[in-house]
Amino acid sequence: MGANISRPWPCRSASGVSGGRWRLFTGRIYDIRVDDTELTTEAGLVVERSYGPDDLDPEHSDRIGAPGEFPFTRGIHSGGYRDRLWTFRQYSGFGTAEWSNERYKLLLKEGGTGLSVAADLPTQIGYDSDDPDVEEEVGRVGVALDSLADAEILFRDIPLDEISTSWTVNGTAAIMLAFYVAVGDKQGVPRAQLRGTVQNDILKEYVARGTWIWPPAPSIRLIADSIEFCADEVPRFNAVSVAGAHFRDAGANAAQEMAFTLQDAVTYCDEIVGRGRMTIDQFAPQVSFFFYTHNDFFEEIAKYRAGRRRWAHIVQERYDAKKPSSAMFRTGVVCGGWTLQARQPHNNIVRVAYQAMAAALGGVQSMFTAAWDEPFALPTEESTTLALRTQQILAHETGIARTVDPLGGSYFVESLTDAMEERIVAIMADLEARGGMVRCIEDGYVQRLIADESAAVQRKIDRGERVIVGVNRYESDQPVPALVPPAMDDAARKLQLDRLAEVRRSRNTRAALAALRDLRTAAQGDANLVPYLVNCVEEYCTVGEITKELKDVWGEYQQPTVF
Amino acid sequence: MPARVLVAKPGLDGHDRGAKLVARALRDAGFEVIYTGIRQKPEAIASVALQEDVDLVGLSILSGAHLGLTRKTVQALRDYGVGDIKVVVGGTVPESDVQPLLDMGVTAVFPTGTPIETLVEEVRRITAGDAEQTVPGPPPS
Repeated sequence: MGANISRPWPCRSASGVSGGRWRLFTGRIYDIRVDDTELTTEAGLVVERSYGPDDLDPEHSDRIGAPGEFPFTRGIHSGGYRDRLWTFRQYSGFGTAEWSNERYKLLLKEGGTGLSVAADLPTQIGYDSDDPDVEEEVGRVGVALDSLADAEILFRDIPLDEISTSWTVNGTAAIMLAFYVAVGDKQGVPRAQLRGTVQNDILKEYVARGTWIWPPAPSIRLIADSIEFCADEVPRFNAVSVAGAHFRDAGANAAQEMAFTLQDAVTYCDEIVGRGRMTIDQFAPQVSFFFYTHNDFFEEIAKYRAGRRRWAHIVQERYDAKKPSSAMFRTGVVCGGWTLQARQPHNNIVRVAYQAMAAALGGVQSMFTAAWDEPFALPTEESTTLALRTQQILAHETGIARTVDPLGGSYFVESLTDAMEERIVAIMADLEARGGMVRCIEDGYVQRLIADESAAVQRKIDRGERVIVGVNRYESDQPVPALVPPAMDDAARKLQLDRLAEVRRSRNTRAALAALRDLRTAAQGDANLVPYLVNCVEEYCTVGEITKELKDVWGEYQQPTVF
Repeated sequence: MPARVLVAKPGLDGHDRGAKLVARALRDAGFEVIYTGIRQKPEAIASVALQEDVDLVGLSILSGAHLGLTRKTVQALRDYGVGDIKVVVGGTVPESDVQPLLDMGVTAVFPTGTPIETLVEEVRRITAGDAEQTVPGPPPS
């Protein structure tokens, strides 16, 4: 292990050069060797000193395939970024719909090419802003959306036929989908032209992110309903973005992140195919994915290449897909998150830039690069713009977009991709053998795997075995910036509550109540619920009212508490 | 007999990587640890604290809503007749909010970045009967 040499060392100081005098340097000289622990990837894959032709699978050309061809190791499009760059999509939203609308317009003006809505926790979990249980949380970590009136303001002056919008909302995702369809209807945009994604991936919420509402069975039904609805009505909108990002930030390693996510996707696809109303080819092209890109550069690249190949095989072999587009693994990513540090925070700019480069070399479809000040504050206009510029420099100045999958065929990257895929297959087989993902979540098994991994990583950091620059190596006296948690001021809170009160007062109460009653009846049967939700939001029923109606029918989820 | 600690997450914030690490570290250090899970109402936390006869409640809050949620939890503990149980708070707590938390009756605040061994030591000290209020600052660089 490369220990730090900390004995005093004679050294020529800057002043010493001009003065020709020597003085004792009392600082620490760092070793330049790589630590032993850096010889495996973060997920524990062994990395050799060097790689050559013998390391490649003899059948590797078949396993890899050409860009745009099954099994899509080298990307889902033959032209890669040369034909179409990834989407610059910055997650944003806070306070009121008015504030967030302004921020979206700023991002679009600065060259963002997609929107990504951050909703506050009450909106994500199904409470209205005037609910006394949630008053502390309104508008804090995202924008407060109670009714269609808020959603209309959120997209004011933003043409929904020209922009795609991603919603990181899960428990109430089907309601957000209804909002988007209803706003599009009001703007006169044909539903067939609406583009975007609702995350709508409830299984990982039970494990990591925590915005569950109902138990798994009805929640999965609502996801399947959204997928069917989009396939029929909103064909360019992704009804689910199966997300590994939150497993990852909760502590999972890269292989676990990908394996758990693919297993979640299998669970949803099993449900829809099992209903017998749709074939895989009718909905798979509208299933997308979402991951965190952390620091381990080549492992991240291998993760995306391996995940893409694995998904192609699953869709073809498990579900017998016929359409090539069904087997295409389309993914958005976020760079930053847990890897960002409050100490020496400008280092985060560099971390995110490397992560973004790994994501691009991994062939992803959209990217959110986090702002350097995220560990301690809501990003400012300046830090938000810099985060966007990070992607723009990567896309337009580095030449990375010129050729497809530049690392394809690399002895090392192909070997690591194979090793990563092997690990993913093993983890998925374990989950299947234990009764599938829902069972493994209800038992707390997945939660335990993640907690174990998180604790192991923390131990390594505490011992200095995993280096974090500026935190456990190359520390400095630079003060840690003061934390500024997101807050909603009283005027904004009043605006939100007044609007909600006005909605309740001015809507057609009879029609709203009828819409809720129809929703409840439909929930008791097996009709697709999304048209009922669209009806509810068009009558200005609130997120809280709709959620409560469904809670009355379905009950609430009870969480296991594993640590 | 080891001290009993309730690690609790009030409010809607679902980020519990830190809460679980703390729960595990305290357990490894010999405490009896109960974790409530996420999204607990202050009354529910007080009720568990009473039923489980804990010595200390540790609140983990990362949404920025720590002032209101802590005030409600401290009040709920008093309402349940267990206002003597020590309360500590961890999470994204800015320096300017530390004194208001202490004024509410919180015994210690552990802002993001507090080394886990510091936290364990403080909890050990507090549960051993030394109730003086403390705020471990960020670790020396």
